[in-house]
Amino acid sequence: MIQEVLISLNNGFLKTLQLFACTLLGAIPLGLLIAFGSMSKFLPLKGLIKTFVWIIRGTPLMLQLLIIYYGPGLLLHNNIWGGGSEGRLIAVLAAFILNYACYFSEIYRGGIESIAKGQYEAGQVLGMTKTQIFFRIVLLQVIKRIVPPMSNEIITLVKDTSLARIIAVYEIIWAGQAFIKSAGLIWPLFFTGLYYLLFCGILTLLFGYIEKKLNYFHQ
Amino acid sequence: MPILEVNNIKKHFGKTEVLKGITFSLEKGEVLSIIGSSGSGKTTLLRCLNFLETADEGSFSVAGKTVFNAADTSTLSEAEIRRNRLHFGLVFQSFNLFPQYNILKNITLAPTLAKCGTPEEIDQKARALIERVGLTDKIRNYPCELSGGQQQRVAIARALAMEPDILCFDEPTSALDPALTGEVLRVIKDLKSGDSTMIVVTHEMEFARGVSDKVIFMADGVIEESGTPEEVFGHPKSEKTRAFLSTSLEKI
Ligand SMILES: Nc1ncnc2c1ncn2[C@@H]1O[C@H](COP(=O)(O)OP(=O)(O)O)[C@@H](O)[C@H]1O
Ligand SMILES: [Mg+2]
Repeated sequence: MIQEVLISLNNGFLKTLQLFACTLLGAIPLGLLIAFGSMSKFLPLKGLIKTFVWIIRGTPLMLQLLIIYYGPGLLLHNNIWGGGSEGRLIAVLAAFILNYACYFSEIYRGGIESIAKGQYEAGQVLGMTKTQIFFRIVLLQVIKRIVPPMSNEIITLVKDTSLARIIAVYEIIWAGQAFIKSAGLIWPLFFTGLYYLLFCGILTLLFGYIEKKLNYFHQ
Repeated sequence: MPILEVNNIKKHFGKTEVLKGITFSLEKGEVLSIIGSSGSGKTTLLRCLNFLETADEGSFSVAGKTVFNAADTSTLSEAEIRRNRLHFGLVFQSFNLFPQYNILKNITLAPTLAKCGTPEEIDQKARALIERVGLTDKIRNYPCELSGGQQQRVAIARALAMEPDILCFDEPTSALDPALTGEVLRVIKDLKSGDSTMIVVTHEMEFARGVSDKVIFMADGVIEESGTPEEVFGHPKSEKTRAFLSTSLEKI
């Protein structure tokens, strides 16, 4: 029985990891685009992006997930996600990526705006282009500043993936909970906590390592 | 022909007119010191020359070629501005070194990106510049490991690496402990013998008097008085110059 539980939990955890990795892969670059939008000098774009970020950060992720999954079917009578598990996974990822991209964008924006004007000007008077200044001078300094807040968000994401179970994406909580009904076992659900703990522990070590690596310079 | 001719530069921020028509010229190899109380527009003038601000009126030319003319700025593309600004170099009051790069890389970064030669040439030239400012033993150190005076010397070497025709200094020693100003001023002084054309905004009156070929005293956005150090410091004609000089000498 134990073996059966572990196999099932492992499979659930793989789904959790998949949600986690795909969300990061989408939200990290999308967040940068949103950050640039929210700093745009073109006011209508800036206003639009800021409103969007406000809505996403001002409402629960669970609600966003439900709206994104059920909304198209209920409002437009067109369930764009289809009925299968694939469609549910894509809907969950869409909700997670949008939500986390907005949080990341605010962290990026804070990081970018905290870089001294003199760094840009030093690059300019040396004849560098805007792109060179961003990628060769500003970016690493921004990364150094945002590692602590980003690691916070990313560790929160590990646990937020469990929200996927409300639209029946079979991640690890779902897998653990299933044993209550099927076999009357409660411990598999509690046991899932160990997976989260272990994974968050690894991430904490990784971010600590990155922070230390970037400690060779001060701004 | 003068290396730099500045013609009637005007600049305002909002309603305040910060530069009210600045005109002067500079011969190749000359050192110009600009003195004046804070708020008189010295920094703004240097920033206009380096295209960090766009002057509202006026023009300036380098070696006879107009590099800026307020009357037709709209025609300048970003690439042209980049090319034109490379006639000038600027050393900031606050150094503005790139913290994530060591001293060597701080100096080689811009020439490398601009493809000013092979990597070996750029590296060799950077090492020569570092030697010139006396920091060979710090070549692998990071800016945060250097004193303010050493950082400013790196900033000077970094500006020289792009071989500007005219090197501008904006109060290069104002952010330093008094004990560290000497080493930076000595480096600037040495550049003079190396035939560099320089504009130095400074509060170091003794330095301005000893090193410059020309001195400009700015007050409220105009050139109140200009001439040789002997004329401006020895026999100031303007009442404002006399008042400024006496208060800045009091401070010493
Ligand atoms: N970006 C700016 N926006 C508004 N006012 C400015 C700006 N830069 C400078 N000023 C104003 O212009 C005046 C001259 O400044 P500055 O050129 O820095 O003088 P200095 O270097 O001689 O002390 C000051 O009154 C300053 O407040
Ligand atoms: Mg100033």
